Amino acid sequence: MDREEHLTAQLKAFEGRPAATRATGKDPVNLPMIRHWCEAMGDTNPAYTGPDAVAPPTMLQVWTMAGLSGHQGLSGQGRSPHQGLSRHQVRSAAYDDLLALLDAAGCTSVVATDCEQEYLRPLRPGDEVTFDTVIESVSDRKTTKLGTGHFVTTRTDLRVGPDLVGTHRFRILKYAPARTRKTPPRPRPVVNRDNAGFWEGVRRHELLIQRCTGCEVLRHPWLPGCNACGCPDWDTVRASGEGTVYSYVVMHHPPFPAFDPPYAVALVELAEGVRMLGNVVGVPYDKVRIGLPVRAEFRAYDDELTLPVWRVAG
Amino acid sequence: MNRRTAIVGIGATEFSKDSGRSELRLAVEAVRAALDDAGLVPADVDGLVTFTMDTSPEITVAQAAGIGELSFFSRVHYGGGAACATVQQAALAVASGAAEVVVCYRAFNERSGRRFGSGVQHREPSAEGAALGWVLPFGLLTPASWVAMTAQRYLHTYGLTPEEAFGPVAVTARRYAATNPAAYFHGRPLTLADHAASRWIAEPLRLLDCCQETDGGQALVVTSLDRARDLPRPPAVIAAAAQGAGRGQEQMTGFHTGDLTGLPESAVVARQLWRWTGLTPADIDVGILYDHFTPFVLMQLEEYGFCGGGEAAGFVAADELPLNTHGGQLGEAYLHGMNGIAEGVRQIRGTAVNQVPGAGRALVTAGTGVPTSGLILTADG
Repeated sequence: MDREEHLTAQLKAFEGRPAATRATGKDPVNLPMIRHWCEAMGDTNPAYTGPDAVAPPTMLQVWTMAGLSGHQGLSGQGRSPHQGLSRHQVRSAAYDDLLALLDAAGCTSVVATDCEQEYLRPLRPGDEVTFDTVIESVSDRKTTKLGTGHFVTTRTDLRVGPDLVGTHRFRILKYAPARTRKTPPRPRPVVNRDNAGFWEGVRRHELLIQRCTGCEVLRHPWLPGCNACGCPDWDTVRASGEGTVYSYVVMHHPPFPAFDPPYAVALVELAEGVRMLGNVVGVPYDKVRIGLPVRAEFRAYDDELTLPVWRVAG
Repeated sequence: MNRRTAIVGIGATEFSKDSGRSELRLAVEAVRAALDDAGLVPADVDGLVTFTMDTSPEITVAQAAGIGELSFFSRVHYGGGAACATVQQAALAVASGAAEVVVCYRAFNERSGRRFGSGVQHREPSAEGAALGWVLPFGLLTPASWVAMTAQRYLHTYGLTPEEAFGPVAVTARRYAATNPAAYFHGRPLTLADHAASRWIAEPLRLLDCCQETDGGQALVVTSLDRARDLPRPPAVIAAAAQGAGRGQEQMTGFHTGDLTGLPESAVVARQLWRWTGLTPADIDVGILYDHFTPFVLMQLEEYGFCGGGEAAGFVAADELPLNTHGGQLGEAYLHGMNGIAEGVRQIRGTAVNQVPGAGRALVTAGTGVPTSGLILTADG
């Protein structure tokens, strides 16, 4: 049996063991908490107000919660409420041991994934809730986007007096966080004295087109003279940002660490007539087509790099 | 210059994916092999021409090959676009009297060493670097990606699919390579279905639209036609040699202007070659058209006037011109077009493995999408 199987077997041994026994809700079911809940949730159902008010069924878990301070005696030393059970004086040693075992195995992070509830009868102001929680299941090792770990499902049975009023099934993932792979930076624009003005414009979220002051022909890429007439003098015009896809490439291979293939690179013909390259956003890579109308936006890729991107015009 | 010089010797190393030796040694081996083929010795050589993006300087090749004083040496820029221009430089030098015997060479470990196909992510802020800087941040980082941009527009303009347009070029190259023992893809022909099933590299280009990457060296010996007539091999006469750059020419990223359905630089070369020789496409017996990527073979056929715009795929599929009879760079080897010039010479000599019967006129071209060059080689007499 390898280490992983051994851990899983140890974890499975906790199934069926109690996580809390004969615990008591911190407050009886009461109108002020019901009113706060309804305001927070925007729930205006008249059944939750007035002399015959009942508690919203989805408040079920609320009556078991220990609140921010935890329960008397364990304040400040228990686990976070997000571990699935409140910091509660009656949380069992078994549940603590289960969490400790997962922590020791590197599953130090936790996220609540989902819950299921069953309602057997409405709760009314004055009802005193008691509950028992059992560790219902611990999953095999699972790998998610967040990381690799185990799902732990607990089931809490809520009672008023001897009567079962509802059950609350709650699932967490205790996991070792996936190493977040930092995407390496994109290749930089190659900036020199002849083209710095363009890239400065991009930083200000402007697309600047060079215009020959001799013959007024617009040009891109930037150069220190006009191919149409040879004039060295120029100024710039700010592009409207409207364009259409003149051609495009979908990149597959070889992979480059800064990019996530397949991705589309478009050659955009601006309304002013010059062409510029850029990535198309707002449409999957395989939906980019020649003739697609696009509009310039600007995207900061890191602290130093802002690039124009082309959003498919709506 | 025209019809006053000839290619009199060709020599190459083996074509491999890992030569196991230095680029300088490959260059020297190729130069020695070409001189042997020409019936000349190192002492006869007084000129050397090569490419830029090369690690074997003329003087070092001379030093290691037993060549003495040099009166002419030069390097032509722009990658594979330089191929036929090295021969033009040699022919100009010989015709002008600057040199008598000039060897052109290209040697690299382009597969086991620095691979052009692996892309570029950083350039220094020179004018050339800045030109590439307009495309790198967006993830257009490889030669295939730069060609694909023009290829996509070509397909769109003529209403063609990548399979029907590019497939015939790949299949033709591999058909000839299959019967060429020197070819990397010797014995391995392709079908159109194989082409269509190959994986995307940079849509609309698939793996089988891209040439190989090769380790090896190729050299060519140029001298005067008068002297050539005294040498053992039949001369491949340099009937015309030309360079070409279009208006607003760029290196590989020339999609900012123009309609992206052709190769303006090839048009410049074609005009000169036809004008100087008085020949037309119908006079050409064999075409060795630079095939780094299949779409640019189609556009060259159209620019040289073998067929109209958008018709080249059909022209290739119908086998109307013996094309890249060594297997091209798709099938034989990627030696920046120098192996294609050698194939042109073999066709004129009548010694090619896939010989075109009675071939007397060969058109050979260099890399496109960059400033380019071309040659028309003819039989003597």
